[in-house]
Amino acid sequence: MATVDWSRGLTEMTLAFHILFATVGVGIPVFISLAEWMGIRKKDAHYSLMARRWARGFVITVAVGVVTGTCIGLQLSLLWPEFMRLAGNVIGLPLFMETFAFFFEAIFLGIYLYTWNRFSNPYIHWLLTLPILIGSSGSALFITTVNAFMNTPQGFTLENGRLTHIDPLAAMFNPAAPSKVAHVLSSAYLTAAFLLAMIAAFAMLRGRMDDYYRKSIRLNMTAGLLLAALTIGIGDMSARFLAQEQPEKLAAAEWHFDTGSRAPLLIGGQVDPETQEVTGALEIPWALSLLATHRSDGVVAGLNEFPKDEWPPLYVHYLFDAMVVIGFYLLAVPVLFVALLRLKRRHAYNRWMLAAILAGGPLSLLAIELGWFYAEVGRQPWILRGYMRVSDAATTNPHVSVTFWLFAGLYAVLGIVCLFVLVRLFRNKPAELELQTRRIIL
Amino acid sequence: MSIEQLGITVLWSFLYGYLIVASIDFGAGFYAYYSRISGLESVIAPVISRYLSPVWEVTNVFLVFFFVGIVGFFPETAYYYGTALLIPGSIALVLLTIRGSFYAFANYGAKHNSFYLLAYGATGLLIPASLSTVFTISEGGFLSVQGNRVVLLLEELFYSAYSWAVVLLAMSSVLFISSTFLTYYAARANDARALEQMRRFALWGGIPTIISSLFVFIALRNHNLEHFRRTLDVWWMFGLSLVSFAIAVWLIWRRKSYGVAFVMVMLQFAFAFFGYGISHLPYLLYPYLTVYGGATNPAMGRALVVAFVAGFVLLVPSLILLLRLFLFNARYVRGELS
Repeated sequence: MATVDWSRGLTEMTLAFHILFATVGVGIPVFISLAEWMGIRKKDAHYSLMARRWARGFVITVAVGVVTGTCIGLQLSLLWPEFMRLAGNVIGLPLFMETFAFFFEAIFLGIYLYTWNRFSNPYIHWLLTLPILIGSSGSALFITTVNAFMNTPQGFTLENGRLTHIDPLAAMFNPAAPSKVAHVLSSAYLTAAFLLAMIAAFAMLRGRMDDYYRKSIRLNMTAGLLLAALTIGIGDMSARFLAQEQPEKLAAAEWHFDTGSRAPLLIGGQVDPETQEVTGALEIPWALSLLATHRSDGVVAGLNEFPKDEWPPLYVHYLFDAMVVIGFYLLAVPVLFVALLRLKRRHAYNRWMLAAILAGGPLSLLAIELGWFYAEVGRQPWILRGYMRVSDAATTNPHVSVTFWLFAGLYAVLGIVCLFVLVRLFRNKPAELELQTRRIIL
Repeated sequence: MSIEQLGITVLWSFLYGYLIVASIDFGAGFYAYYSRISGLESVIAPVISRYLSPVWEVTNVFLVFFFVGIVGFFPETAYYYGTALLIPGSIALVLLTIRGSFYAFANYGAKHNSFYLLAYGATGLLIPASLSTVFTISEGGFLSVQGNRVVLLLEELFYSAYSWAVVLLAMSSVLFISSTFLTYYAARANDARALEQMRRFALWGGIPTIISSLFVFIALRNHNLEHFRRTLDVWWMFGLSLVSFAIAVWLIWRRKSYGVAFVMVMLQFAFAFFGYGISHLPYLLYPYLTVYGGATNPAMGRALVVAFVAGFVLLVPSLILLLRLFLFNARYVRGELS
């Protein structure tokens, strides 16, 4: 394999590992804040305990998120020096601001974790969740604008290899930024809701029946309902953005070769890249035109409009489909749950429902991975769309393969130990036990 | 002050901040492990843990801030250092990753696992050693630039006296800074036994620090005479550094005002670090890259400065709050608040 392939492989591996922890890190603080606030407001110790327990697990995932984030931050310069040399000049601002947001979060997380009993007014401790929330979501916002810039670069002119007319704000607020940022944030919150509900559902399936778990599921699934609807709505916004600004990415995801109106949406199937024939796919007439333009006779640009060496790999179709299917699953589960809760209260927590919620946890993480792989692979062959190819950006250092295996070993150890520590944390200290020791008897 | 000078001053100050807080953290990790294997754990561990727990994550951010900032202000550094430092940079990253995550595992997950603590303690000495090689490389002579390729000459680096002097200085400084801080912290906690132990570490730690810094000067003279001459232009900064060191050691020796002693240690390193930095200018990487040749465009420079000022306004009060709650709060330091 060439250096550029090793560099891609290492970047993919680091991002694929980091994004799990980063997503959890952005999503969970929202729920910690919500639970603590409800606990104070309703004077319900169950919710306060939720905030404490979630914070305890959260800090471990944050630690891994921080260190792997440091890895990807430095790897950008180590593996893609040519890209950073160019991009540093144009998109350095949000990268810089991201560290500020992250700094802000780190300070208040430190304070939050060690001041549970410091203040006589409980709302003061709750207030500390706000800078954590602002910091984590803020850093997601800034770093996503950098990724958006790679898709729709603007705010500079390239003349004979020299950068001129640089406008850092225009680069940051590029066309891809709004839909991307919104999608990243809402999907992170949704994933957090499902992961937290997953823990409670798992406990209930194992026979724990305390009200604590029911309250946790109810809180997370109610939020999950709103967030899933929001995420799918924003997904629709992203598709329209792609159709307008980055049509080759949408066309590759939909195997849409010839420009035309009343374009159908294809689900699954197989494609022959030579003849461009699709077999075995489920075809929904007009749906792609509707998705891309909100009109059934809207014209959608096909891949044949673009030179073949600028096509993304066609397998992104499967990534896209799988992500969308999981998205609808994550909507269906809370819809069903809330409906059951409304109709016949006691059946809402049946085994099937709990199993469906449990599956939502890993599935939501899988959807995050699929979405990011689609976003990144769908941009190929570009690292900076229209300006710099991935193959021109990689390091010339021939030893990337060594570092690839070094980091592969590191992530394997880290992933296993982290999972082990998290499982132990929740198993050795079940909520009932903590309720007893804290003398909460309801 | 030009935007290049402003940029490098800001970044250098952050790196100084990292030097201090990270040294405390790295050294504390080493002492924590040492205290467990030598049976002093019950003496030192609580003091270390009370200080480290709320601030460990902040430490890491100083470093991230520095390297994101330097790529922002001086994008050319990404190209030169990025290409050359692939292997040493990756090793430092792996060590930092192990350290950060295993601290959290040990502290929040399995409290009494010796292996996690070993990982935490050993990396505390290895990270400064590996990070300090960047300073060595910046002196020139360890890179060969042929057209589009930048190659790190590992063999030259390995057999260089200067490189080892810097590694030695980095490791002994870490232990010295950390022990003087923990002496102060133990004194605030009214923990007489921990104080005695840390005071002994601090007094002994001063000796290798001073010897290795002399080594660095001698080796620098052989390695990069031009830089050595420029350090003589700011000889008074190194003089003040030595005076601060003497005062600090004297205070700790006489068991007086440990707080002032630690401030003196901070001054000692501030004078030396800025003296080194000033004499290093204008080079970011001798002789290929200067702050003027490697700087970003003015528009981005201005935007970064504005962002920096805004961020500073936000961060300073937050940092003060953090310090007031955990460092300057006598009841917390004594372990009376959870």
